[in-house]
Amino acid sequence: MSFFNPKGASAKTSQKHVVDPALQPWVEKYRPRTIDDVSAQEHTVTVLRKALTSTNLPHMLFYGPPGTGKTSTILALSRQLFGPDNFRNRVLELNASDERGISIVREKIKDFARQTPRAQAVSSDGKTYPCPPYKIIILDEADSMTQDAQGALRRIMETYARITRFCLVCNYVTRIIEPLASRCSKFRFTPLDPSSSSLRLSHIAQCEHIDIDSAVIDTLIKTSSGDLRRSITYLQSASRLASSTSPPTAITSLDIQEIAGVVPESVINDFASTLGIEVEDAMDVGGSTKHNANSFGAIQSKVKELMREGFSATQILSQLHDLVVLHPTLNGRQKSSCALVFAEADKALCDGADEELWILEVGLRINKAIS
Amino acid sequence: MALWVDEFRPRTLDNLHYHQGLSTRLKSLAASGDFPHMLFYGPSGAGKKSRIACTLRELFGPGVEKLKIDQRVFLSPSKRKLEINIVQSNFHIEITPSEAGNYDRVVIQELLKEIAQTQQVDLNAKQRFKAVVINEADSLSRDAQAALRRTMEKYMSNMRIILCANSTSRLIAPIKSRCLLMRVAAPNYHEMETVLNYVAKRAPFTLPPEATKKIIDDSGGNLRKAILVLEALKMQSPDLSGPLAIAKADWETYCHKVADLIVGEQSPARVMEVRAKFYELLSHCIPPTVIIKTVAERVVERVDESLKADIMHWAAFYVRKIVGGLAVPFTHSCWPAQEVRMRIGSKKIYHLEAWVVKIMSLYKHFFYDVDMSAFD
Repeated sequence: MSFFNPKGASAKTSQKHVVDPALQPWVEKYRPRTIDDVSAQEHTVTVLRKALTSTNLPHMLFYGPPGTGKTSTILALSRQLFGPDNFRNRVLELNASDERGISIVREKIKDFARQTPRAQAVSSDGKTYPCPPYKIIILDEADSMTQDAQGALRRIMETYARITRFCLVCNYVTRIIEPLASRCSKFRFTPLDPSSSSLRLSHIAQCEHIDIDSAVIDTLIKTSSGDLRRSITYLQSASRLASSTSPPTAITSLDIQEIAGVVPESVINDFASTLGIEVEDAMDVGGSTKHNANSFGAIQSKVKELMREGFSATQILSQLHDLVVLHPTLNGRQKSSCALVFAEADKALCDGADEELWILEVGLRINKAIS
Repeated sequence: MALWVDEFRPRTLDNLHYHQGLSTRLKSLAASGDFPHMLFYGPSGAGKKSRIACTLRELFGPGVEKLKIDQRVFLSPSKRKLEINIVQSNFHIEITPSEAGNYDRVVIQELLKEIAQTQQVDLNAKQRFKAVVINEADSLSRDAQAALRRTMEKYMSNMRIILCANSTSRLIAPIKSRCLLMRVAAPNYHEMETVLNYVAKRAPFTLPPEATKKIIDDSGGNLRKAILVLEALKMQSPDLSGPLAIAKADWETYCHKVADLIVGEQSPARVMEVRAKFYELLSHCIPPTVIIKTVAERVVERVDESLKADIMHWAAFYVRKIVGGLAVPFTHSCWPAQEVRMRIGSKKIYHLEAWVVKIMSLYKHFFYDVDMSAFD
């Protein structure tokens, strides 16, 4: 592990990049190695598998919500195409942590795109790779590139199409300017369905030798809503916490909720009953019986209390939203006027308005809408 | 002579007075050698910074307390010079990127990569990685946050990031999902009492219970404020007996005065008076959101029950107008920080005044039962 370990001069360069696998984030550790490992996304995988056998590949645009495997897929594909040796000089990966202004597009990307790839060398690990005669430039998180930088790419993409393929990866396809989007074949990545997420999660749990029951996996999937990376990170954090307590304990659903920053259900229910929403939860009969509570003063002090506890306003909003929308007894009109409030509050919070004031506003308006 | 807040700040996780569960958790994480990226969030004065400092000490030993302050110069893409203060020890580095305003992305990109690419060379170091503490993470621009995303994964072996924020609302989801979230809630009455008594014991002097109660009620869960107030009061009257007058901040009394003016009379002349006061407040750099909030809270205390909800509603409404006066499209560079908007040209005084006029009309309407619906 140590840099100073005498291991011969040749090992020195490679050793610098070796990471202790125990310390690696599982998201990196269990990144799919081949495109066949990619969970779900059957359609995309079928198309790309064809690209492996033929030597042709279009420019590509991957889009979809976070944690659905966009970056993993393109990395796996290029690894399969070029093998570990050629990977470095055939693939250029740029993401939002790199400077990507118009000057970089003009210089770095253009220079890289211009190089004619070297002839195929024999791979060191004995396997043969297709190693087609082009390079791949991956622009990760492309939606954070400026319009100008995207504009500068237009011509580059066409001029060097013979020797270079571009792969744009983004969350919002609408932020990619039309001329770029039309040059690429688009692949939409859908949120993972629960069954494939749970398959992957239990696979990881098995590899890491942690005991985890299906209820916990369900919670993981529920809190992360189709974002596999998020659920893997939560799983790792939870297992860290569980294993670092003096007698190692099993992971519980409660741990997951705490890690995910979810506001405990009892707190939300309590808040809701202060607002005058009937919570049919049998647990806090004591709380919901005092119906005189839904006055201005009560709501204000409740909001103050919530803020002091440090809960995040957006989290409170989204959970309260779920509670209201799925509520059994409220009628459509009440629900829709509540939804309107939630939408306005979300916008205000996004703009950076004061959290306490807006949670109070939401509370008061829901209270009004319901009574 | 240091302030009490600094002098009696707990140095180790064992010395922390409340949130024991959190402390044991941090301790075991630090001991396990497998330390994740962390995000501490909670209201101000709840002890986030203290907890971070204690955790760092637990991780690296007393060496982290040997701090040096450095000033670094970064170049923005347009070759503008940005000067950033950096507090660092051999094991960690602490930055407040929001100092760089809109160019915080540059700081994040350059500094973090630089740290990430250097390995710990001290063989006696307890950990292989360095820690980077990022303060005021919730005011990071969206670009800066995006720049953090891959960096956090790629350089995990050399670096851990500890973010400190008041709220997670303004952090993008990818960052949140990469961190272990640590919620630091404000201490409750009992916990604050313990801490104040501890401070009194260390100082040392005797703290009468009624003074404790008064200070805690006034502090609103902000422990730092409570201890500062305690020290100030101790300076005023050494034995802390008799009636204690907790000095409010000037702007706060001023805001209360404004509220009293609004409730007292509703006329165009009054609006002019209020406007003068608002200008005064704004020129002293009190953020307009804080002004509205403080005034509204005071007004609400003094009006009829049925009016309260409306007043708060309009306060929230105009606060949104103030921060969202000019919607900056998402694609345009950074997270639209309040100040950015202001510079673009939304005039905050308009909205403050509009709000005052609105609640005055509501108030009058309520008393004289005039039908004002035509004016809405």
